[in-house]
Amino acid sequence: MLVAGKACLILALAVCLYGIGASLYGARTRRREWVASGRRAVYALAGTAAVAFVALEAAFLRSDFSFALVTSHSSTTTPAFYRATAVWSSQEGSLLLWLLLLSLWSSLILFVTRRRLREIAPYATAVLLGLGAFFAAMLVFLESPFDRTVGPLPAEGAGLNPLLRHPSMMIHPPMLYSGYTLFAVPFAFAVGALVARRLNADWIRSTRPFTLGAWFFLGAGIVLGARWSYSELGWGGYWAWDPVENASLMPWLTGTAFLHSVMIQEKRGMLKTWNVSLVLATGVLAVLGTFLVRSGILDSIHAFGASTLGVPFLVLIVAMISGSIWLVSSRAAELRSDHRLDSLLSREAVFLLNNLVLVLLCVAIWWGTFFPLIAEAVTGRRASIGPPWFDRFTVPLTLVLVLLSGIGPLIAWRRATAANLRRNFSRPLAAALAALAIALVAGAGSQPDALIMFVLAGFVLGAVGQELVRGTRARRVMAREPVPLALVSLVRRNRRRYGGYLVHAGMAVLFVGIAASSSFADERDVELVPGQAARVGGYEIEYVRPTADLVAASNGRLERIDFGAEVRVTGDGRSRTLVTERSFFPSAGPMLGPVSRFFEGEATSEVGLDAGLRRDVWVSVAPDTRRLEPRVEEGDEVFAAAEDDLAPAERDALLAEALRGLVRSYADDPPPATFRLLVSPMVTWIWVGALIVFLGGLIALWPSPRAVSRRVTAAYAARVGREARAPV
Amino acid sequence: MDYLVILVVLALVVLFVSAPLRRRRAGEAAESAARADLEAARDAKYREIRDAELDYRTGKLSEVDWRALDRGLRAEAVAILRRLDDLESPTSGRDGRS
Amino acid sequence: MAMDPARKRTVRLVAALSAAVVLAAALVYTSFSASSEARSPSQLLSQAEPGKTYQLTGRVVAGYERNGTVTNFRVRDRTGEVSVPVRYEGVLPDPFRAGREVIVDVRKKGGVFVGEKDSLVTKCPSKFTAET
Repeated sequence: MLVAGKACLILALAVCLYGIGASLYGARTRRREWVASGRRAVYALAGTAAVAFVALEAAFLRSDFSFALVTSHSSTTTPAFYRATAVWSSQEGSLLLWLLLLSLWSSLILFVTRRRLREIAPYATAVLLGLGAFFAAMLVFLESPFDRTVGPLPAEGAGLNPLLRHPSMMIHPPMLYSGYTLFAVPFAFAVGALVARRLNADWIRSTRPFTLGAWFFLGAGIVLGARWSYSELGWGGYWAWDPVENASLMPWLTGTAFLHSVMIQEKRGMLKTWNVSLVLATGVLAVLGTFLVRSGILDSIHAFGASTLGVPFLVLIVAMISGSIWLVSSRAAELRSDHRLDSLLSREAVFLLNNLVLVLLCVAIWWGTFFPLIAEAVTGRRASIGPPWFDRFTVPLTLVLVLLSGIGPLIAWRRATAANLRRNFSRPLAAALAALAIALVAGAGSQPDALIMFVLAGFVLGAVGQELVRGTRARRVMAREPVPLALVSLVRRNRRRYGGYLVHAGMAVLFVGIAASSSFADERDVELVPGQAARVGGYEIEYVRPTADLVAASNGRLERIDFGAEVRVTGDGRSRTLVTERSFFPSAGPMLGPVSRFFEGEATSEVGLDAGLRRDVWVSVAPDTRRLEPRVEEGDEVFAAAEDDLAPAERDALLAEALRGLVRSYADDPPPATFRLLVSPMVTWIWVGALIVFLGGLIALWPSPRAVSRRVTAAYAARVGREARAPV
Repeated sequence: MDYLVILVVLALVVLFVSAPLRRRRAGEAAESAARADLEAARDAKYREIRDAELDYRTGKLSEVDWRALDRGLRAEAVAILRRLDDLESPTSGRDGRS
Repeated sequence: MAMDPARKRTVRLVAALSAAVVLAAALVYTSFSASSEARSPSQLLSQAEPGKTYQLTGRVVAGYERNGTVTNFRVRDRTGEVSVPVRYEGVLPDPFRAGREVIVDVRKKGGVFVGEKDSLVTKCPSKFTAET
């Protein structure tokens, strides 16, 4: 299937180029059949990309080692789920996934708008196919997933990097790429709207679900990455301001800004230039995010390695930026605002401030991320900045953002009644004061940043709560429904508003978790022998005894050796046992001995985690395997000498026996092991807050029931018409 | 085997993508861009009216302010509806105004 | 004190731009002073002020020692044999291994370079094969 796969990719590239030509020709000559053909080219792209992807998946699932990619990223001992997801652990496979997702979302939007947006859609099609052509060209010419394995067919592959053997790590890339590719849709339609000079509300209305969807998936991808980092790596943190992390956050920030400011454009016809610039910037940042991981231009732990893609990507980004700037400046007339801001005391004004803060955040993060390159350009030497610098800027900006997210729900559109402000703010302020009292009592006074965040979160939660209560009450007055039904129908009829409020509430909870866990965590790195204990964060953690195990894969072959520790955590009036381990995976290197290869390959941590609402107790271990070295060397020598005398089955059995002996000796006579002990308050609030955010996002995303909107539309038309005709 | 797959996919793609060019379908009624824009504006205006009412009922607007705002929004909605009507039947100008 | 709309707009625009300019200035100033220069081992050997933090990038040399929570290892140039000794206190990252590329913030202290806590980053290998 190697040849078929390669041919599919070439066909995909050809289809893209054809589609660009057909769409542009159809747009210029107003010949609908060419536009339709161009649209079908997008569907065909999705089809050919899907065929190629399925072929690659099939190869991974059946461990077809004639594919070079399968040999280098999978093995027969890899469980089926990870074999399937190993496809995108590689540069080539991930590019194919990106192309597939781009083509799927593009097909969806073009299908949904096939009878509308007649003037914009062809140009949008051309832009989407242009992006597709770029990725297809890279897959065909530079990073082919369908290369044949060089040399004889190997019996075993290198296996999936064990660090990636975690469910969230495997869902994380598709989520992220969905976010990035979904942002391409509003980008393409913005370009189309600019080219066609049709900059009114319709294109925003049609692309809104995609923008929301992109925001949703990208956000989910970011949170999953943070969760994986916390619970799978032996480090204990969830965010490091690493360039790749920042690259996914930046388009999410501008996307969030866009979702807010676009509401102002819908209502007042304002901010057209700002909105179009935001959505173009988001598209550029999404491509930049994709590029950063695989370019090698910045030092990051996520380095995908290959820098052959650096130059093409740079060219694409420069083209996108310069094209965007030219389009916006040449369409200045059509981008003029219809109205002005009515009053500073309005939700519109709060949204504007929110936009400003989000963009400032994005700029600060961008500066910090690209600083090594900037410094090199300015001073000739590369220099980098660490997390403390990022915190210095992002913490105050985030505090302002949270404050705004509480004020927004309390202020009316257009022009709020100043006299009502006291009534609207008093309860949320009371909630803020209550939060202050609770936080001070809990001992948060020592960290002012965290304290302010707690107070602001109290304010936001109070505001959202008040709005839900008042809205339900209003609904009951209007429709005489019982409370639970009133609440449900309130949210159903005002999804954007209440979905948005829920998102704000979730973000407040999430930031409380971040503030608490970063300001009040207690961490120690200690060396312990069995029986020894250490005190961290009010808990006593005792190294009870070592654990040692050989773990076999589903096909019977040995997958890894686990060395670890059982620890007892005492505190809070109770005692719990946690197990933490280090897993040693064998390396596939040909020069290594059969025993020592287990200690020359990858090692991953299995963290011992006791998660709770108030705090997490987190333990990881780095066992000392040096004492085993003499036995390991001896084992290598024994097997080398006996190499020719043994049949493979005998050899495997003896190897298993030798390894079992090794493992037992660690358990019987364990050397001191190094532990990282971490007590982190309220980390769980981060994940809970994220879930609330996504629930709110889903509510806002969910299309309104058609019957309701039709009824509403008809009713309003009737009332408006009646009243307009009534004598004044 | 590979070449068979390639051939089939290629044939399908070519047939599928060229289909609109091969048949001459009678032009379907094009939804004019102006109409779509007006409909979007109308929906947005209705949403504004509902939002204003909800703002009043949740205490963010006084009754006086709300009624003034509501009147203004309704007038704007009427203007949009009139423009939509004019699009449909440009000859039936009600009072000579467009 | 009613301003006409045009002036209001100008005021707001000026306010927003000022905020942006202030932020930009803060960004530029603080980043240059808070940054640590990237150095390779040979650059570090030839010129390193004691007490100043540098970001060292290079490959881990085989044969490092762990004594409890302290690890003494050497970092060599990506292509070359010049290496510097590093003393790092704390748990090593999961992918840490001889031959891997690392980034660590270090400060010169006597004959050794002391690594800052939690600043050791090991680059994930792009392919799961034995490193040479």
